[in-house]
Amino acid sequence: MELFFSREWPWYVAGPVIGLFVPALLIVGNKQFGISSNLRHLCSAIAPGRIEFLRYDWRRVGLWNLVFLAGVLVGGFISVHAGTAHVIALSAETKATLIKLGIHDFSGIAPNEVFCWHALLTVRGFVSVVVGGFLVGFGTAYAGGCTSGRAISGLANFELPSLIAVFGFFAGGLAATYYILPLLLGGV
Amino acid sequence: MTRPAAIEIDDAASSRAGDRPGPLAVYLLLGIAFGVVLTRSEVVSWFRIQEMFRFQSFRMYGIIGSAIATAAASVAIIKKVQLRAISGEIVSIPRKELGSCIRYAVGGTIFGLGWALTGACPGPLFALIGSGVSVMIVAVLSALTGTWVYAWLRPRLPH
Repeated sequence: MELFFSREWPWYVAGPVIGLFVPALLIVGNKQFGISSNLRHLCSAIAPGRIEFLRYDWRRVGLWNLVFLAGVLVGGFISVHAGTAHVIALSAETKATLIKLGIHDFSGIAPNEVFCWHALLTVRGFVSVVVGGFLVGFGTAYAGGCTSGRAISGLANFELPSLIAVFGFFAGGLAATYYILPLLLGGV
Repeated sequence: MTRPAAIEIDDAASSRAGDRPGPLAVYLLLGIAFGVVLTRSEVVSWFRIQEMFRFQSFRMYGIIGSAIATAAASVAIIKKVQLRAISGEIVSIPRKELGSCIRYAVGGTIFGLGWALTGACPGPLFALIGSGVSVMIVAVLSALTGTWVYAWLRPRLPH
């Protein structure tokens, strides 16, 4: 238990365990592993309006996945409260780059100076959380999936659409990392 | 402008299994396990995502690559033996339609921008709220808005 919760899992343990969620969900109920469909199910539950894309029986199609998602939230809570806090063992190069870009606090899971409530009113806090969140929701819905559904489930099934989507994920991620973040973090 | 493909409900084939209380508890437990794995493996960390996009550590590539390899091997075996799910149906994995592939390229790129800005994909957003980064509640509300706006614009977007 100590080892399980006290430090980060090595990649060769974490990766295969994450991959096993694909067969686990297929075996339990013939379900496709994919988190972002939940955003659509929640929209369908909260405000379907007259939008065709949101008018379906979300309980029948997505209740299992929403329950899974609630579990993810609980899992995050358990993981933090059962374990000892530790600083992320970030590579020295990344740390040096980020310090240059204006990040000073490396104690949290995410930079506390950007991802906290009072930073929401700063440009970098607003763009990171509000604009970033919007792009995640819009992009996953347009691409029909996120890292779990497209990269992991989709590539495991050798789907070309998923491969194109994953190239897109990296194109967008690299553009934001090299062109947007330097402007954003640079003290605005 | 092409007309969007018919509304696809990814798992429409898998119908009532999720309605029974038994399986729902199983999904909850699996979700909890997934949340623990995401958090302990640090893929929920903005710092780790930066390390990945800057190609300064093998870690995230190792995790994603070995996750795909494990999932692919399991899916191949499941197809080969025509496995029956505990809920009774033969396991079937619907394939995505390619269409004009614009949606995957453009949608994927838009998500990628958001992934690097928030430092989190959808699963981690929820795990982060659980682990105490409460401001991610706002990111989730924004993501819901994003999905809603997509749904609204869908008839006018190329797919």
